[in-house]
Amino acid sequence: MHSYKGNAISWELANGVIELALHREPCNELGTKSLDEFEKFLAALPDMEEHAHALIIHSELSSGFSAGADLREIYFSTQGMEKQAAAAHVRQLLERVHHVMNTLDACPLTTIAAVHSVTFGGGLELALTCDMIIADKTARFCFPELRLGLIPGFGGIPRLKRDLGNAVVRDLLLTGRSFNVTKAQQIGLVSQVVAEGHALRVARGTAAQLTKFDRGAAAEAKKFIKPIPYDELRREIDIFCELFALPATERGLKKFVESNDAQPYLP
Amino acid sequence: MTMRTPQQTTEEILDLAAAQFKVPRESLSPDDDFFKKLGIDSLQALSLLTRLEQHFNVELPDYELQGVTDFRTLAERIQSRL
Repeated sequence: MHSYKGNAISWELANGVIELALHREPCNELGTKSLDEFEKFLAALPDMEEHAHALIIHSELSSGFSAGADLREIYFSTQGMEKQAAAAHVRQLLERVHHVMNTLDACPLTTIAAVHSVTFGGGLELALTCDMIIADKTARFCFPELRLGLIPGFGGIPRLKRDLGNAVVRDLLLTGRSFNVTKAQQIGLVSQVVAEGHALRVARGTAAQLTKFDRGAAAEAKKFIKPIPYDELRREIDIFCELFALPATERGLKKFVESNDAQPYLP
Repeated sequence: MTMRTPQQTTEEILDLAAAQFKVPRESLSPDDDFFKKLGIDSLQALSLLTRLEQHFNVELPDYELQGVTDFRTLAERIQSRL
């Protein structure tokens, strides 16, 4: 399946480049619907890989790349469940998400996230699976999970640590603060900063450059330079599930999902 | 470059906010609650923060904006980083 139009994501393979677009309103919250479609994408990927050099992930929504996990869905889907059943439900969800993220991370194609505006939580974690992040000037990054009593659960900490080193990770994780694209480039998260609205165009130009090189060599280089921290990723799931079971986390999530406040994303 | 005065900083913030959210500049004043006056949510407020950081060339952690809702106080926070 070289092209697909879903409710949350769409993709198309053309001229050696796969473009995967996110388009679930309001800001590409990642829930089970998105996950179902990402799993479809993974099933279609091996066949497309034969004909492609690069994969670009971007958002069609002006609100941003992605606001992260669909916390409302996670919260409401576990309401009324026994504690153990809720923990098992969350673990199963995380296992599926990690499978998607790990497969994208290990994809032999060169992968580019073209991001703008809100790139938070699970959205940042999705971008971190990519080999390069190209961001326009409106991009803003954040791991807000600690505000809810959680840690990022979609592979964010091990991947951020792999890419940036521990000191920056601690600042971002423990303060939960958001930061702009200038800071993101200073710390090495973003490789190219472009004018507003130009991230996808520049990503396409970068992908076109990649088609000039031998695919096998590029895949070997990627494997060599970008090891996947599987052990830490497993541990992340355990910690997330332990924290999710705490009453304080339930209170934090309840406050967030029921908030009519204009400031749920501000500390 | 000469240092901006707090008043200049406030005026520049009002100009930028009016342009970003397409409201008449004359409808905004320093003591306005920007959430209410601009009709914005927290994600849009962070988008305004991004523009302000770029314009003033500062980094302003969002936790410093905790409880800040008016342009004048926002300007003070930015002024302290200039």
